[in-house]
Amino acid sequence: MKKEIYTISVYTENNLGLLNRIATLFLKRHVNIESLTVSSTEIDNVSRFIIVAFITEDRVKKIIGQIEKQVEVIKAYYHTNEESIYIQSALFKVKSSLLFDERQIQNIIKKSNSQIVTVSREFFVIEKSGRKEEIDKLYNEIAPFGIMQFVRSGRISVTKEEMKISEILKKQLN
Amino acid sequence: MFNMNTETVKSKQGTIKATECISGSEAVVKCLLEEGVDVLYGYPGGAIMPVYDELYKYQDQLHHILTRHEQGAIHAAQGYARVSGKVGVAIATSGPGATNLITGIADAQIDSTPIVCITGQVGSHLLGSDAFQETDIVSISTPVTKWNYQITKTSEIPEILAKAFYIAKSGRPGPVLIDITKDAQFGEFDFEYKKCEKIRSYNPVPKMEMAQVNAAAELINKSRKPFIVLGQGVILANAEEELKHLIEKADIPAASTLLGLSALPTEHELNMGMVGMHGHYAPNVLTNDCDVLIAIGMRFDDRVTGNLETYAKQAKIIHFDIDPSEIDKNVKTDVAVLGTVKETLSALIPLINPNKNEEWHKEFKDLHQIEHEEIIHPEINPTKEKLTMGEVINAINNETNGEAIIVSDVGQNQMYASRYANFKQSKSVVTSGGLGTMGFSLPASIGAKMGAPEREVVAIIGDGGFQMTIQELGTILQTKVPVKIVVLNNEFLGMVRQWQELFFDKRYASTVMTNPNFIKIVEGYGIQANRVTKREDLSSSVAKMIASKESYFLEVIVEKEGNVFPMIPSGATVSDVRLK
Repeated sequence: MKKEIYTISVYTENNLGLLNRIATLFLKRHVNIESLTVSSTEIDNVSRFIIVAFITEDRVKKIIGQIEKQVEVIKAYYHTNEESIYIQSALFKVKSSLLFDERQIQNIIKKSNSQIVTVSREFFVIEKSGRKEEIDKLYNEIAPFGIMQFVRSGRISVTKEEMKISEILKKQLN
Repeated sequence: MFNMNTETVKSKQGTIKATECISGSEAVVKCLLEEGVDVLYGYPGGAIMPVYDELYKYQDQLHHILTRHEQGAIHAAQGYARVSGKVGVAIATSGPGATNLITGIADAQIDSTPIVCITGQVGSHLLGSDAFQETDIVSISTPVTKWNYQITKTSEIPEILAKAFYIAKSGRPGPVLIDITKDAQFGEFDFEYKKCEKIRSYNPVPKMEMAQVNAAAELINKSRKPFIVLGQGVILANAEEELKHLIEKADIPAASTLLGLSALPTEHELNMGMVGMHGHYAPNVLTNDCDVLIAIGMRFDDRVTGNLETYAKQAKIIHFDIDPSEIDKNVKTDVAVLGTVKETLSALIPLINPNKNEEWHKEFKDLHQIEHEEIIHPEINPTKEKLTMGEVINAINNETNGEAIIVSDVGQNQMYASRYANFKQSKSVVTSGGLGTMGFSLPASIGAKMGAPEREVVAIIGDGGFQMTIQELGTILQTKVPVKIVVLNNEFLGMVRQWQELFFDKRYASTVMTNPNFIKIVEGYGIQANRVTKREDLSSSVAKMIASKESYFLEVIVEKEGNVFPMIPSGATVSDVRLK
């Protein structure tokens, strides 16, 4: 079976310890987590984990089963890249002098649809949101000039299909 | 005197009590009483002392058993839970007290046993400071618990303990650990208890789909060679009668996993024995010949299936289970029926046509005849001088009439006990199946006897496993719990030695045991003890042990290099089961 990038979305109670409990399910199966984002959702006290892993569909299905089995997990889904809308964010801290000395940098920033968040005497910060490849491209273009700091967020995504988490919660309480 | 008065404590389901201002530690005890707990197993220590102080005050209502090690406490709780069907409770202090529970928690997790563990924790202001006896037991226990939680506020105690009991016993049962900081035990609050009946993010019993039941019935009705593999799910769902009804109506041969043993009486004519690595010949061979394999409340463990690539490939697979994550986990199913086995089998039975499968049965009988002649008969009627493990189990059968609870340890003793013991009623087998925890039997037998005081409880242990939890003889001494202990002594770690003989050219690396004088040790604990070395003394010695009203220890010196057969070598297919 072919390995692919899967985005795993997990809706949970907002409880202490769940991050650990979910992470151990990956560790137990020797699966590396490529990226992880945990945030609040449109429903009160419900958190959403977005976990990206490079695995086979057979394995992702089994991991979903194990995740859903956890008491405080409401529902877990997995999606391929085609089935979801996803982005990452990245920040690049670069020497301010480059803005003035290297005209090319300005062109790179313009073309990449990124934004300058802040400028100071010593450095400026570029923010870029988009797919992983777009961020990689910008990184490769700026890297030759020197990057003081670089950070990339985990993936965030919404799915094309409906999730119906409120309905699930209602059903289980009745 | 050993006295388990189970009548004194009655839980009042779902009732809300008027509030009263009490300490957190007293609240813990009151919660246990509300949940109908009558016995708990544990070991005191600094961080749990406030709760022990309350246990002292409530000792006429709640029986605390002081084991000699926390591992003994949790195994005893497991033995209690397995035979009583109730939640077993273990209690320990922070740090080493808590970590000593871990083996038993992992055991209960893999064998789906309802357990609530309560551990003390350092004061919440000290959390993370590497305080004396501080350990992060919540993190440590996460992968081996069904749920866990750390209580840092006194007011959380009733709600969290109610949740703990509900989660431990509902759906597929499992262990729950609740860690309580010392300040939460000391704090005072208005106590009010309400049983937990629902958690919005937890769906313990998936909804049965009638379409799946119909699809299963259709496959079974068309089948000419149906075969049932039943697991502990049948016992956990109290579905023994439904199972019997199903197999009798459709005339389906059934075999059991290790943990499913005793769900169907051994002597039932459709009981074909045990599947798996040291299971019976016929059900293993015919797994790869049946046309429909009906798995009921079991999880296709690798010790059951052998090589998955060649496991029952010719058959349609129907899987009845309560846990959706078990479906297609190891074996791809054609029809999956979710729900409790009691509910799903009840729905299935009316849809099944009465049937007779005589030719198919004959295949089982013919293969069983081969196993009987080559293995079973010589094992229980040996001509060699030394005693065999099989004949010891057979002697116990004869004396207990198949009515005892057999608590086996792990290894050869376990496989002989499972293969040769007769079971007439359900919940007669207590053993560490999934985790294979040596040292399980002695403490588990203590809990088993307390969970079913009216039944005979016989622990079957090897000389290796006995020495892993031998200190629990002290618990037997103190509680006078009348368990019968049989140590099958071959002066080897027998199962590992068997593998070394078969697969490592007899290089007996670290499997030879120089043993102490067990009789002297046991007598030191004030327990009657006897040793058998000769065949002519076996049945009278077993009879004397069973007749004893008190705890009794019987050491049997068995042949040193006996091997358990049949055997499916690791990685081989089930039908390649070896007779020698």
